[in-house]
Amino acid sequence: MNILQTRGLEVAYGGIRAVKGVDLTVRRGELVCLIGANGAGKTTTLKSLCGMLAPSGGEILYEGSPITGIPSYELVRRGISLVPEGRGIFGRLTVEENIKIGAYARRDGAGVRADQDRLYDLFPRLSERRSQQAGTLSGGEQQMLAIARALMSRPRLLLLDEPSMGLAPMLVQKIFEIIRRIAEDGVTLLLVEQNAKLALQASHRGYVMESGKIILTDSAAALLKDPKVQHAYLGG
Amino acid sequence: MDILTQQLINGLVLGSIYALVALGYTMVYGILELINFAHGEVTMFGAMICLAVIGALAGNGTGLDGGVIVLLGLLAAIAVCMVMGFLIERIAYRPLRRAPRLAALITAIGVSIVLQNLAMLIWGKQYITFPPLLPLVRYELGGAVITNLQIFIMVLSCLLMAGLLVLVKHTRLGRAMRATAQAQDIAGLMGINTHTIISVTFVIGAALAAVAGVMVSAYYGLAHYYMGFMLGLKAFTAAVLGGIGNIAGAMLGGLLLGVIESLGAGYIGALTGGFLGSHYQDVFAFFVLILVLIARPSGLLGERVVERA
Ligand SMILES: Nc1ncnc2c1ncn2[C@@H]1O[C@H](COP(=O)(O)OP(=O)(O)OP(=O)(O)O)[C@@H](O)[C@H]1O
Ligand SMILES: [Mg+2]
Repeated sequence: MNILQTRGLEVAYGGIRAVKGVDLTVRRGELVCLIGANGAGKTTTLKSLCGMLAPSGGEILYEGSPITGIPSYELVRRGISLVPEGRGIFGRLTVEENIKIGAYARRDGAGVRADQDRLYDLFPRLSERRSQQAGTLSGGEQQMLAIARALMSRPRLLLLDEPSMGLAPMLVQKIFEIIRRIAEDGVTLLLVEQNAKLALQASHRGYVMESGKIILTDSAAALLKDPKVQHAYLGG
Repeated sequence: MDILTQQLINGLVLGSIYALVALGYTMVYGILELINFAHGEVTMFGAMICLAVIGALAGNGTGLDGGVIVLLGLLAAIAVCMVMGFLIERIAYRPLRRAPRLAALITAIGVSIVLQNLAMLIWGKQYITFPPLLPLVRYELGGAVITNLQIFIMVLSCLLMAGLLVLVKHTRLGRAMRATAQAQDIAGLMGINTHTIISVTFVIGAALAAVAGVMVSAYYGLAHYYMGFMLGLKAFTAAVLGGIGNIAGAMLGGLLLGVIESLGAGYIGALTGGFLGSHYQDVFAFFVLILVLIARPSGLLGERVVERA
């Protein structure tokens, strides 16, 4: 069953079209990655999926119903969460406040506290720094915080925009481990990555985007072996 | 009589009023980076509404106690101003959310002029006096005099400011306000309806302005359709002094400005050998502002200055 499907999705900035007719499908429980060069339109696609940008054309179906044009604060309540490019943590709020605000839309206080404890177990570094201003965290810690914060909304579909950006190789591995664990917990993931190799290795399926269009899609294993993909995105 | 103590008391009273108004400027600026020039006019409306209610109830054989009448006037002023704050944001600023900043700024000036003229049409150009409904009690304090009204103004201001700090720092709504101020789009991702948060911010600011307006008119015994201009300017100065966008800064800036102005008025004659009189007190506020901004461009508690095109 599809959790997410787009048909002919188009997004424009003013008159400039950044996403030009994209068809994406993500099945429940899948880990799907979207790779492509700088400026291909990956971020723009994710932003339209979570309601930050209104599409200029096409349709987005989530759990079978159209969500095109619904603002992000509504979509969180329906289970779509985005870990934005550049992390987007609230630097002047404490770590704990960032975590709490991730659960803003939820009303089940006990459940929120349980999730909070679970996430602090998963990210002990954040637990140690609860009362620290989030802006003073290192890049890796900020990324952990951004992911933890997104999980606090209990998403059914988690969109991740370049979670490994700017991190040291060790930390990149760590982030991918975390992504795998989230997937194992049953959260459906759509992952945008520059690091195509790691992304494809972690994913079930992949999409390759170029200048606002999907130019290739296949199972992750097949994409890893595809000569075009190897040449353009895997440095082979 | 101890002039220094007296001027300090007067300054703190005036300063608490400035602080209440300054909070409205700073909260809105913190979220929208907009200087809501209409805020001074909301303060003026607070005074006018209160006086209108007092006028309707006092000496009309309602038999109500003076204190009760003033309280009713205050509550009416708060209610009306909250609605005004909501409507101003909704009608004038929200449609311009994605417009260039200059458009919103000019609109703010426009709203301010409209409200001033509206008040002039309703209440006329003459000064309206605050009737002596409240018994005035004077207390001795360290060689100076403090009145019950002055104590009331300071205590109420402190309570309101403490309440606001608790709200902003320790509640879910406060967290949402701070998140919205930092990054609106990300706040939306958290499930925060930022439009609602912005409305709430205007409404809270307007409520504080209403209280301040009533205080000013009770303190000076007067209200006037033009009073919001100077009061707004002073409060805005206080907000900038403390670091615009910073809530504690607005409180500090307000109190400081009140004290400086009051001391300035008390001593300006002596300082200039009688050349300048106490009616030059307004000059002090802006003089201090300039000095502080030269030393600390982001204000006393301001964190940083964001340069924008
Ligand atoms: N706010 C904006 N206004 C105008 N154009 C934009 C805006 N944001 C992105 N674009 C343009 O849209 C296109 C797609 O950008 P997008 O950020 O979606 O790419 P991306 O695939 O995420 O790239 P990267 O890998 O560098 O993050 C680019 O040509 C970009 O210049
Ligand atoms: Mg991007």
